[in-house]
Amino acid sequence: MNAGRASGDRLERFAVTPARKRRDSTARAVMLGATIIALIPLVLIVYYLLRKGLGSWSSSFFTTDPTGNTFFKSSSIGGIKSAILGTIEIVALASAMAIPVGLGVAVWLVEYGKDSRLAQAVRFFVDVLTGVPSILFGLFIYIVLIVGTGSSYAGYKGSLALALLMLPVVTRATEVILQLVPGALREAALALGAPRWRVILRVVLPTALPGMITGVLLAVARAAGETAPLLFTAAATLKTNFNLGQFMNSLPVQIYSDVTSPTTAVVNRAWGAALALVAMILLLNVIARLISRRSRLA
Amino acid sequence: MRSPRPSSGVADLESDSRSDTDEQRRERIAPGAGASSPTATATAAAAATSAAVEPQAGLGVRLEQLRAFYGDLEAVSGIDLDFRANEVTAIIGPSGCGKSTLIRCINRMHEEIPGARAQGRVMLDDLDVYSPSVDVVAVRRAIGMVFQKPNPFPTMSIFNNVAAGLRLSSGRRGDLRPKVEAALRSAGLWDEVSERLDEPGAGLSGGQQQRLCIARSLAVDPEVILMDEPCSALDPIATLKIEELIDRLKARVTIVIVTHNMQQAARVADRTAFMLDGRLIEVGPTHEIFTRPADPRTEEYVTGKFG
Repeated sequence: MNAGRASGDRLERFAVTPARKRRDSTARAVMLGATIIALIPLVLIVYYLLRKGLGSWSSSFFTTDPTGNTFFKSSSIGGIKSAILGTIEIVALASAMAIPVGLGVAVWLVEYGKDSRLAQAVRFFVDVLTGVPSILFGLFIYIVLIVGTGSSYAGYKGSLALALLMLPVVTRATEVILQLVPGALREAALALGAPRWRVILRVVLPTALPGMITGVLLAVARAAGETAPLLFTAAATLKTNFNLGQFMNSLPVQIYSDVTSPTTAVVNRAWGAALALVAMILLLNVIARLISRRSRLA
Repeated sequence: MRSPRPSSGVADLESDSRSDTDEQRRERIAPGAGASSPTATATAAAAATSAAVEPQAGLGVRLEQLRAFYGDLEAVSGIDLDFRANEVTAIIGPSGCGKSTLIRCINRMHEEIPGARAQGRVMLDDLDVYSPSVDVVAVRRAIGMVFQKPNPFPTMSIFNNVAAGLRLSSGRRGDLRPKVEAALRSAGLWDEVSERLDEPGAGLSGGQQQRLCIARSLAVDPEVILMDEPCSALDPIATLKIEELIDRLKARVTIVIVTHNMQQAARVADRTAFMLDGRLIEVGPTHEIFTRPADPRTEEYVTGKFG
């Protein structure tokens, strides 16, 4: 009997109290609410993009350049071909400049610089650059390459501005991934009598590759959506252009100039262009996710 | 110049059948540094004599007043210790006594840790691996290492893991198949993996992975293999296989093994060294260390009174 009551008391000690139950459900409700609040603008953006953007999509939307004829209702305003191709060209050149340099910096930081004073300084400035507003990169290129040389806008100048923007992002993303490569693998390779450069090329980089591709693609996607650095470096133009030394159109700048137009059709073109831009960036993100799923690093 | 060889035809035959002569080995580590000194020829002769007994002799390692530091912290304080060629020497001692640091000094892996440095001499046969003319990469080719946790390269197949030893150290291409098979056979892994050489090395069991790592270090033909608690992450059966392997390998290489497991030291080691607080307390034939230790601290440790 005594023993029975003792075990009953013990059970009571472990029972869930109403107060704890209440606190639990309140906390859950608050967090769920926060999630919903965060989702509302996201869902609305996607909804308006699809509703307004899809309406202006047609086959000629992607195959014709903007004509600039917005005054007469009878004439066609054209599509966004030059903007799509311009974005691809400018971002490709920017990537070609920023990715190798960013990778190099990251490899140096992780494999050679480590915790040296110079490496710490580099890390600090990379962090500072990551936080610099994108318009400053455009201003910098504008002052140095356009005002400074007295020349005009050009596609490659836009690429340079984007490359500056991408550089810290690429560096930071790949540095983090390289640090995830277990030190035991480097030790194993070094202990086999491998020179350090071969350890990096044959063991560290292949192990980190999927993660690095993900980081790099996210940086590319970020650059593709930037308007500010292109506004006064590559400018806006109408014609499709494959010469990076001349004015070049791009999606963000086209959206920016279209959306300020008084003509409804042109504003609708901005929505269509925005949807196209989001679709391109989404595609890059999906590819990045698929690659990161193959990563061997936890 | 030729080193004086014993006149026995067997010895000449044996040493000629090896891939490298001792001079060539020394040449590999320190170009132009080896064969000129008189002691070099004397040890070469000694090695040639032992070669008559062991077709593939390892090289002895001698520590002279070795000290190792992490920043200001002294982890190994002045150790003199001989690792005899083609013997298994176990290093035992409580955690943090400097065992791992000590063996990482032998192939100069210690200096890979930021702020770490070593003083004193580590003689591989008659060559100081810390002398400025010595290439650290060549030292590590001659002195292989097996780590506590099996660490096959995750991006590589079983075959490529073993071939990595060759490709990484010499950048060698061409047909590596015979070398890879030989290394896997020496590591006692060939029969288990010969059908699936293209599968990832990380898919093997822990014990198989560790033997894969041993095969990887054997592939580059080292004279010495250092093992840093190679069985501490393995189950008893896998441990037994590694211990049998160690016993077979000592015909080919000199082995230094750090272990926490005193039964393991008793099973595999010819000689055992006991370390405490960065100092060498005692070294001797394994059965003497375990049955008639000279130092009371050794006795306390091997009988389980501390550590």
